[in-house]
Amino acid sequence: MIRDRTGGESKIRLISRRMFVISAAKTVVVLGIVGRLISLQINESKKYKTLSDKNRFREWKFAPPRGIIKDYFGNEIASNKQVYQLHVIPENTENINSLFFRLKTILNLSDKDIFRLKRKIASQKPWDPVIVSDNLTWSEFSRINLFLHELQGVEPTISVARVYHQESFSHVIGYVSQISKKDLQNKEYLKNMNVVGMRVGKTGLENKLDPEMVGSIGYKRYEVNAFGKRIKEISISQGESGKTFKTTLDLELQKLSTKLLKDKTGSVCVMDIYKGDIVIMASSPTFDPNKFVHGISQKDWKQLTQHRGKPLVNKAMSGLYPPGSTIKTLVTISALENDVVNPKMVQQCKGHIELYGEKFHCWKKKGHGFVDMKEAIKQSCDVYFYEVARRLGVDRLSETAKKFGLGKKVLEGFLEEKQGVVPNTKWKKINIGKNWYLGETLHSGIGQGYWQTTPLQLCLVMAQIANGGYQIKPRIILRDKSFEGLEEFIRNKETSRENLNLLDGFIPRLKYKTLFKNQENINFVKEALFRATNEPRGTSYRSRLTKKGFIFAGKTGTSQIRKFTALQRELEIKNVDLPYEQRDHALFIAFAPYHDPRYAISVVIEHGGSGSGSAAPIAKQVIKKLLERHSLREAQQIKGESA
Amino acid sequence: MFKPGAIVSRLTFRDKVFSLDIILIVSILLLGIISCFAMYSTDGGEFAYHTKSHIVRFFIFFLLFFVVSFFSSSFWYNSSTIFYLAVLTLLILVKYFGLTSSGSQRWLNLYLLNLQPSELMKIGLILFLAKYYHKISSTDVNRLKYLLQPLIALLAPVLLVVMQPDLGTAVLIAAGGIAVIWLAGVKMQFFAYLGIIFLSITPVIISFLKPYQKSRILTFLDPSRDPLGAGYQITQSKIAIGSGGLFGKGFLNGSQSYLDYLPEKHTDFIFTLFSEEFGFFGSMLILILYMLITWRIVSIGNMARSSFGKFYCYSFATAFFIYVVVNMGMVLGLIPIVGAPLPILSYGGSSMMAIMLGLGIAMNCGIYKDQATG
Repeated sequence: MIRDRTGGESKIRLISRRMFVISAAKTVVVLGIVGRLISLQINESKKYKTLSDKNRFREWKFAPPRGIIKDYFGNEIASNKQVYQLHVIPENTENINSLFFRLKTILNLSDKDIFRLKRKIASQKPWDPVIVSDNLTWSEFSRINLFLHELQGVEPTISVARVYHQESFSHVIGYVSQISKKDLQNKEYLKNMNVVGMRVGKTGLENKLDPEMVGSIGYKRYEVNAFGKRIKEISISQGESGKTFKTTLDLELQKLSTKLLKDKTGSVCVMDIYKGDIVIMASSPTFDPNKFVHGISQKDWKQLTQHRGKPLVNKAMSGLYPPGSTIKTLVTISALENDVVNPKMVQQCKGHIELYGEKFHCWKKKGHGFVDMKEAIKQSCDVYFYEVARRLGVDRLSETAKKFGLGKKVLEGFLEEKQGVVPNTKWKKINIGKNWYLGETLHSGIGQGYWQTTPLQLCLVMAQIANGGYQIKPRIILRDKSFEGLEEFIRNKETSRENLNLLDGFIPRLKYKTLFKNQENINFVKEALFRATNEPRGTSYRSRLTKKGFIFAGKTGTSQIRKFTALQRELEIKNVDLPYEQRDHALFIAFAPYHDPRYAISVVIEHGGSGSGSAAPIAKQVIKKLLERHSLREAQQIKGESA
Repeated sequence: MFKPGAIVSRLTFRDKVFSLDIILIVSILLLGIISCFAMYSTDGGEFAYHTKSHIVRFFIFFLLFFVVSFFSSSFWYNSSTIFYLAVLTLLILVKYFGLTSSGSQRWLNLYLLNLQPSELMKIGLILFLAKYYHKISSTDVNRLKYLLQPLIALLAPVLLVVMQPDLGTAVLIAAGGIAVIWLAGVKMQFFAYLGIIFLSITPVIISFLKPYQKSRILTFLDPSRDPLGAGYQITQSKIAIGSGGLFGKGFLNGSQSYLDYLPEKHTDFIFTLFSEEFGFFGSMLILILYMLITWRIVSIGNMARSSFGKFYCYSFATAFFIYVVVNMGMVLGLIPIVGAPLPILSYGGSSMMAIMLGLGIAMNCGIYKDQATG
C-alpha cells in the first residue's frame, strides 16, 4: 500500500509542470536525431556510399602489354616478351627481414637492393606488392619455385615486358623505362596509370607514340575486409593492349646501314622522295635499349654517357652539322631562281680569292682553272661559289634554304629532334647582336660558318630537289597521311617493273606545293649532280654505280669544325693526321635512281675526313641494296600498307 | 479522493491482463524481434552464438517483464530502498571481486551469469529517489537537509561506476537520478549551481580520465584528427549509416559490418548495422518504436494517482529516452563515443534485464494506477 501524505494536488501539478519541460526538451532532441538521419542517409548518402565502396573494394592494377612497332614489311622491331618476375606482398610474409635474407641466398640480391626494397615497402600499403626482381632468368625462376613452400608471401609471376630485337633501331624507336616523377607531372595521359611494372616511352617513337601505345591498365577488384584481407574477387579486367604501329622503315636496310656505320660515328637517312616515307634512319654508335627496360645499371649508364661517340644521341635528327658543300645545291637554285647569275658564267679558280684583304681558299689548293656552274658543282669548286654567294647575298639564300625545309623540324613529335640554324643578317643581329659581314656570306655560300643542319633536313632537301622541286611532308608512321589521294593513285595505277614512268602525271594531279619559279633550275642542279657522281673528276665519281637503273647522283660535303691555320695549309696537313676531334665531318647527299628517281639519301660521318672519301662509299652500298629492294617495297604497297 | 486500498485485493488475474498496455507490449515485442534479426546479421547471417543467446535472453527477460508487472502494487514501493542498497553493495563488491574485461572492471561472476550491477543501478537509483520524494512534502524539497540525501544517493553509485571505469553507464545512471530530482521540484538555482560546480571540476575530472577516454572526447571534437585510430569508430559508423541511404542495402548486405569495418557491432553499434541494412525508413521505424514506448510510459505516469508512480514513470521514461538518444547520438556522430548500449536492441544480458525490469515496474504502475494516492 502506497500512502502519500505529503502534498496532494499541488505536488501532482508541480510534477506535471516539470514533466512538461522535459517533454519539450525531448521533442527538440528527437527532431535533432531525425534531422541528423535525414542529413546522413538522404542528403549525403551518395558521399557515404562512395566511401563505403572505397572501404569495400580494393583494386590491384597491372600494366597492359605495350603496342608493338613494326617495320614496313610487318617485321617486329619492338615487341613484348614473357618475363619472370618475383613479387612480394609484405602483409603475407611472416618476417620480411628473414625473407630477404633467404632470397639473398637464392637470388643475386645486393644489400643495396634490399635497402631500396625495404624503403619501398615502408612507403606503401602492406597489401601492395613490391617487385623484388622484374626480370629473372629461367634458372632463378625455377629455383624460386623450388623453394616456394618455405617462402611465405612470395609470388613468382609471369608478366610481359618490352623487348627490342634490333640495336640498329635504338635511336629512332627509342626506349621505355620506369615512370619518373617528371613523367607523371608532364604527361596527362599517365594520370592513374602509375602501376607496378608500368613502362613509359622516353625517347624516339616510343615517346612520340606513348599515349597510344601504353594501352589501358587492367585490374583485379577484390572485396576486402577491414584488415585488408581479400574476401572474394569481384571483377577482373585485362586492360587493353596498346596500339600496334607500322612504320615506313625497312628492317633489312636499317641493319645494313648500321653495319656500314660500325665503328664510325654518324648517320644514314633515306627518304621516299614522293611520299616522304623515311626508309632508313640509322645512327651510330648504337646501344642496347633493352638495358633501360628493367632499369639500367650505374656502370652501363656511365659507359653510355662517357662514350666519345655519344651513343644515346640520334645523330640523324639531333646531330647538328654545317652542311658544307652540300649546300651548293641550294645556293645554285637560289641564284638561278633569283636570276643573279647565268649558269654559263665562267669563273677562274686559282685556289683562292681575296676580298678586302682576306683570303678565301678553295679546297683544291691548285685551283680548278676556268669553270662554269655545272663544272663548279661537279668538282665542288669553292671559289666559284664564293662569287655566286657574293652576288646572291645571304638573305636570299636563307629564304631558299628555309623554303626547302632547313631551320625547322622535319618530323612531328620527336622531343630530341633539333631544328638547326639558317643564318641571315637578321638572325645574326638577334642571336649574336652583331652586323653581318660580307665575308660571312662567302663562308655561308659553301656551307660553313653559322649553318647548323641535321642529316634528316639534308635528306629532305635532297628529296625535294630530286622530285622536281615539290614540297613533301616526311612521315615515319604509316598511319600519318602523306598526301591525300596518293595511296589510291598508286593502287589504281597499273604498276610493273617496266613501267618506269610510274609517276607520270602524278605530281600535277596531287597538287604538291612547288618550291620553284622555274623547274629548269631544279633540273639543272639534278643534272650537275649526275655529273658529280658519274663523270670523271666528279667529287663522288669513285663511288658511282654503273648498272642500269642503279645510276645515282649526289653531292659531297666536308664541313670544317675549325679553321686551318696558314701553316697547316702550307704543310698540306692531311685530315687523318689531325687528332680525331679536329677532323672534318664527311657528308654526302644523293638521289637514286637518276632516271625516274625514287629515293633521297644523306650520309654523315663525324670526323670522317672528306665526303667523297668516307660518306659516299657508304651511300653507294646503301643505294644498291635500296634499289634492289624497291620492287619488294612496291609490292608491299600494292598489297596495302597498313594491312 | 479515492479511499485508500479500496480495490487492491479485488483485482483478479484477468483484470490485470486486461489492464496491460497493448501498445507498449507490442512495441517491446517488435523491437525484440528486430533485435534478434539484427543479431543474426551481426553473426554474418548464421544462427550463431550471439543470436542464440540474445533470443534466449530476450524471451526470459520479456517473461520477467510480465512477472514484474503482476507483482502486488506496493511491492516495488516497499522494496525500493532495499533494492537500491543491494545493488550498491553489488557495485562495491565489483570493485573487489569483479571481472575485468578490456580494461574495466564491471562484471560479477554469479555462476549462472555475469552480472553487471551498474546496469541494475539505473533502475535502483530511480526507484530509491522516487520513493524518497514520494515521502517528503514538496515544500521541504528545497531544504538543504533534503537536498543532501538524494545528492549522496546519486553520487555514490555514479562515482563507483566512474571508477570501474565506465563513463557511459555512469552518465546514464546520473541522468535517471537527476530526472527524479528535477521532477521533485528542486529549484532551478540548484541545478545552475550544480552545473557551475560540474564545469569547474571538469578539468580536474579530465586529468583523472584514462588516455583512451580523453582521446575519445578530443576525437569527437575533430574526427579527422586520427581517422585510423580513435576517430575510426565514428567515421566508419557514419559511413555505414550514410551509405544505407533511403532504403538500405538489404538484410545481411551491410558491407560495412559484414567486412568488419564496424566496431562493437553487437552492442553499441547495433543501430548502425540496422541503419545500414534498412536505410532511413528502418532507422525511423526503430526511432518511432522507442518513442511509442516512451510515450506509453509517460501516459501511464499521467494516469498514476500516487506521486511515487508519477515520479517513477516520468523519470524512467526520461531515462529510457536518454539511453536511446545517447546511443543514437553517439553512432550518428553527434556526441562523443561513451559506451552506452541501445535498450533492447543491444547484445548484453544485464542491460536487457535492467530495461525489462524498469519497463515491468512501469507496467506495474499502470496496472495499479488507480490506487494508493494520497
